[in-house]
Amino acid sequence: MPSSPPTKRFLCVNRKAPHGTGYAAEALEAVLMTAAFDQRLSLAFLDDGVYQLVQGQDTSDIGLKHFSATFKALGDFDVRTVYVDVESLEARGLTPSDLLPLHYEDEADDWAVKDLIQWVTRAQLAEIMDAQDVVLSF
Amino acid sequence: MKFGIMVNTGPYTHQAAHTAYQFTRAALASGHEIYRVFFYHDGVHNASRLTVPPQDENNLIQQWSDLADAHNLDLVVCVAAAQRRGLLDAETAARHGKDAHNLAPGFRISGLGQLVEAGIEADRLLVFGD
Repeated sequence: MPSSPPTKRFLCVNRKAPHGTGYAAEALEAVLMTAAFDQRLSLAFLDDGVYQLVQGQDTSDIGLKHFSATFKALGDFDVRTVYVDVESLEARGLTPSDLLPLHYEDEADDWAVKDLIQWVTRAQLAEIMDAQDVVLSF
Repeated sequence: MKFGIMVNTGPYTHQAAHTAYQFTRAALASGHEIYRVFFYHDGVHNASRLTVPPQDENNLIQQWSDLADAHNLDLVVCVAAAQRRGLLDAETAARHGKDAHNLAPGFRISGLGQLVEAGIEADRLLVFGD
């Protein structure tokens, strides 16, 4: 892995449902690789992408790999922010309690367990995207 | 400007694959630099040398190979995405006991780290997808 700067702000934008296409699973592979490069990495879930974080998924009857448990490890990969678009959530009849609880341990705060998810509006997401160096859109 | 290009869709189904090529060609013609083109998801099918489109249609795979040859482009196909979809170079085919390989000239197979590196090194990373 390259050890020298520059460090850039990467945002992985997830817009598609978890299993209707292969995008979500392969996007997660790209996220884990980006994390390995020590970049400033965050994720955003919007549109049907919010379904990726829904709890209690079971893929055993559709012949596809169950990957959503990997989201719980994002904190261990130094991901510090997962943005979820509340308007996408509401439009699909979902509430925050339907989603996986995602946490990280804050090294700078005596390893306090903190929420990884930030609930944002579409307007806020536009500002967040504008502030990135690299936006990987899936 | 130094561009990185990511191609996420296959040829002939999605316009994005064709637009990615046209953008890359136009950027080069305008004097810009293409740091790397990275093929992911179904985008790996843009690298199959067994593609045989009708003669009155563009052969996008051949166009990429020609562009790579003319401009010394770095065309990288994601190894995991490629192997899932049956896109193999000679070495990978031999390693997995397959009797054929289909990576077109000018492309190489490597890992996702090449995408991240393109994001870091390029001024802009453009994603072409659906």
